[in-house]
Amino acid sequence: MTFSALDAVLVIVVAWFAVGLAGMSAQRNLAWVARTLFPIGAALGLGLAITAVVALFAPTETRVLLIGLPDLPMHMRLDPLAAVFLALIGLAAPGVSLYSAGYFREGEGTAPGLQCLQYHVFLASMAMVVLADDAFAFMVAWETMALSSYFLVTTQHRVPEIRSAGFLYLLLAHVGAIGLLLCFGVLQGGSWQFTFDAMRNASLSPAWASVAFALALFGFGAKAGLVPMHVWLPEAHPAAPSPVSALMSGVMLKTAVYGFVRVSFDLLSDTQWTWGAAVLAIGALTGLFGAVFAAVQTDMKRLLAYSSIENIGIIFSGLGLALLYRGMDMGALSALALAAALYHCLNHAHFKSLLFLATGSVLHATGQRSLGKLGGLIHRMPWVAGLALVGTLAMAGLPPLNGFVSEWLLLQSYLFTPTLPHTLANMLVPLGAAAFALTLALAAYVLVKFYGVVFLGRSRETSPSQAHDAGLLERLGMTWLAAMCIALGLFPVVVLRALDRVNQSLLGATLGDHAVSWWAIVPVAAERASYNPVVFAAGIAISITIAFLLVRRLYHGRIRRSPAWDCGYPDQTPRMQDSAEGFGQPIRHIFGPFFRIQRLLPKPLDTAPKYALHLADRWWDWLYAPIVRVVETIARWVGLLQQGRISLYLMYSFATLLILLAFVL
Amino acid sequence: MTAGQALIALTQAVLAIAVAPLLVGWVDQCRAWLQNRRGAGVLQPYRTLRKLFHKDAVVADGASWLFRASPYVQLGAMALAAAIIPIFGSQPLLATSADTIALVGLFAVARVFVALAGMDIGTAFGSMGARREMLIGFLSEPALLMVFFTASLLAQSTMLPTIVDTLAHQELAIHPSLAFAAVAFAMVLLAENARIPIDNPSTHLELTMIHEAMVLEYSARHLALIEWSSALKLLNFAAIGLAIFVPWGLPSPSEGLLAVLGGVALSALKLGVVGAVLAVFETLSAKLRIFRAPEFLATAFLLAVLGLLVHQLLGG
Repeated sequence: MTFSALDAVLVIVVAWFAVGLAGMSAQRNLAWVARTLFPIGAALGLGLAITAVVALFAPTETRVLLIGLPDLPMHMRLDPLAAVFLALIGLAAPGVSLYSAGYFREGEGTAPGLQCLQYHVFLASMAMVVLADDAFAFMVAWETMALSSYFLVTTQHRVPEIRSAGFLYLLLAHVGAIGLLLCFGVLQGGSWQFTFDAMRNASLSPAWASVAFALALFGFGAKAGLVPMHVWLPEAHPAAPSPVSALMSGVMLKTAVYGFVRVSFDLLSDTQWTWGAAVLAIGALTGLFGAVFAAVQTDMKRLLAYSSIENIGIIFSGLGLALLYRGMDMGALSALALAAALYHCLNHAHFKSLLFLATGSVLHATGQRSLGKLGGLIHRMPWVAGLALVGTLAMAGLPPLNGFVSEWLLLQSYLFTPTLPHTLANMLVPLGAAAFALTLALAAYVLVKFYGVVFLGRSRETSPSQAHDAGLLERLGMTWLAAMCIALGLFPVVVLRALDRVNQSLLGATLGDHAVSWWAIVPVAAERASYNPVVFAAGIAISITIAFLLVRRLYHGRIRRSPAWDCGYPDQTPRMQDSAEGFGQPIRHIFGPFFRIQRLLPKPLDTAPKYALHLADRWWDWLYAPIVRVVETIARWVGLLQQGRISLYLMYSFATLLILLAFVL
Repeated sequence: MTAGQALIALTQAVLAIAVAPLLVGWVDQCRAWLQNRRGAGVLQPYRTLRKLFHKDAVVADGASWLFRASPYVQLGAMALAAAIIPIFGSQPLLATSADTIALVGLFAVARVFVALAGMDIGTAFGSMGARREMLIGFLSEPALLMVFFTASLLAQSTMLPTIVDTLAHQELAIHPSLAFAAVAFAMVLLAENARIPIDNPSTHLELTMIHEAMVLEYSARHLALIEWSSALKLLNFAAIGLAIFVPWGLPSPSEGLLAVLGGVALSALKLGVVGAVLAVFETLSAKLRIFRAPEFLATAFLLAVLGLLVHQLLGG
């Protein structure tokens, strides 16, 4: 038996476990845990990425591991789809791990050694989710992932808000998991075989297939943060340490995308186009919702959390489009949309991790998460500011960085729609494109707000803070992610060839040979659309250089420094800059019905006037508050049983016995 | 594309960059005539640029490198756009490297950089201008995309040269979707180029300015670069509008030198007409309150989406 890619992945998973356990040996020894073990974990991640790329171009492998319950071995399978997501984990993990090596320090909360265990178990379980080939292995890995990330979120477990944020996350993770269990229950289709192979071969009636699909959408949507199951994201991300947020937002959300693709494209073979329409609508709504809420946030990590919701919405709208086309037997278009969605997964993993890590550095340097107290950090933290700029521009979807490529592909897949056989679909696709365009433009607004308020301008705090730049390991981790953002943006053809393997295996259709040219992406034909990032980047760079050289050669480079113009009012303070609230005001104004707004306005005669504004998510009122009320009412009724008197409980037993006897006799 | 054709295309792009201030001078001159003033002449923008280039740059104390780099990025982005849009000929230099969607992305690059530079100094005006600019951008960008979508669906291509080619050589047909798109595009053009009724390029009244508020701290060569890129942006937008809605008469470089020169002259004439119409419109209308700007742009966006829907549902 030779050593295959699947074996290599399993070895890396076991090694991650071992690294985590090694952290327990000296829990408070930072030189051992942080500076030694985390870099080893990073190197393993890189190994995983290389293995996954090799596996992508190799035939599918399967393996049965004789662990777990008796008669329930774990099935493993490494196919192109799994390989793409393993590559995603492997590419994003080194950056976050290297950063964590410099980030974790002695303090309140969980000991670094224990964190190291949780962190590496988290990584290993994500890889196992992707590898799993039966429902049992999948659920074990899925729950391990949920629990390890729950403990990572509640690192600062002495803070009550963080505990309740962790609880909310765990609750939604489990509600989603119930959906998944039921989904697998439907998928086995009466065979009572829970391997994915059996599910592929099970024949479901269209109605049951739709039930399975809806359950999968619910279960994976709760993990991914689709509206209305998004509420845990903006609570859990600010609570978690920044590298954990980076990993959860950048990588863990993608495992939910993976699961959804696995079920809806692989396990369910007969796609109905209405599924695609539903996913497209939910995805477009989620995208717009996330972008609007991100624009009004005042906490930088909450802002990024809402922006994750937005990106998940974009990814799901792409998947919805792919399902829609697949349901109408348009293979090539489906391939384009699926490739765009998967590409966006890769991109989001890198730029969102990068930005979360940047907020971690800002948090360490200033102790502030609130945008209203930051500002001007580009002067004190040039490295972090520079690297965050790359992430910002990538996430704003600006060419020639990576965010633009996937958005371009997705727009193309909206555009190449021929007239569809259903009027509803014909209406939905242009409307989806319009919502997507609006979301993209809002994302740019959000990112200008984020970067401008945190890094530009002057510090809004009156006392100059002792902000310092990130350490060497932190910089290395962020540089890796920034470099990936640039590489994914400049060489999309390489990535698309890899993603085409997934198209081949899931859809039986490919993007075609047009994408063969090494420089330009040409989804259909050169006269229909092409985009060449290298020439594009070179064009901008050359024109900037020529402009710079001409100005310098023909004129001069003299510069005089002077105070900024004060408009005749000499008492300008940094607090007169736009605050985060101020920058979001136009969006609040335009999208008013999205929010529940509470204003606290001062009275005219107040000597110490206070102004406050609270924005809340209306989904709490619409969905969660009624559920909580119903649950509480039921609990009150059930609570009547509990009287605390032993005689009463004996009577319950007696009554139960009588009733049961009545059945028997 | 042969070397000779590439040279012609390069010359056309450089010509566009060179004559961009002339278009602004022409619009200003027309406006002056319409307002019974004598005007400073069409060459006035060049004189202003020369004056600005010779001055010493004054940079505010708190400015970072981003502030000084931003004008170059803006000009670079607009120059690249001039090499993508068919302005004077149907085969621009870098036509195959970017399509209309990438073009929208390119305009977004310029906008994000100017907004970031506006926030860099940390004054109230800079960040106010940045916020307003992004507000206008987030509504006009999707409208522009939708306009491009409508044209792309008609031509079955997102490449501008192909769109021009298809629309110019089809039999004369009236597309209701294009009519919607044309109105939407005109509104976007006004908003994107900081024109009345959204913004007034010649105001420096603190509370009303948008674009000028962001670039308030710029002086000398940086300001000159920004002015030049604004002028180039106007030319680019006018050329996009002409390419989609009046696509006739753009020669390809293979048709011989005479045809190319004729095409340049015809395009210059068309741009002159656009400038004059713009001046008339600006003279006749008043600036909207900033609170009304979102409504104006939402109308543009809606019209563009309607155009797209009309195309999808009626097939025209």
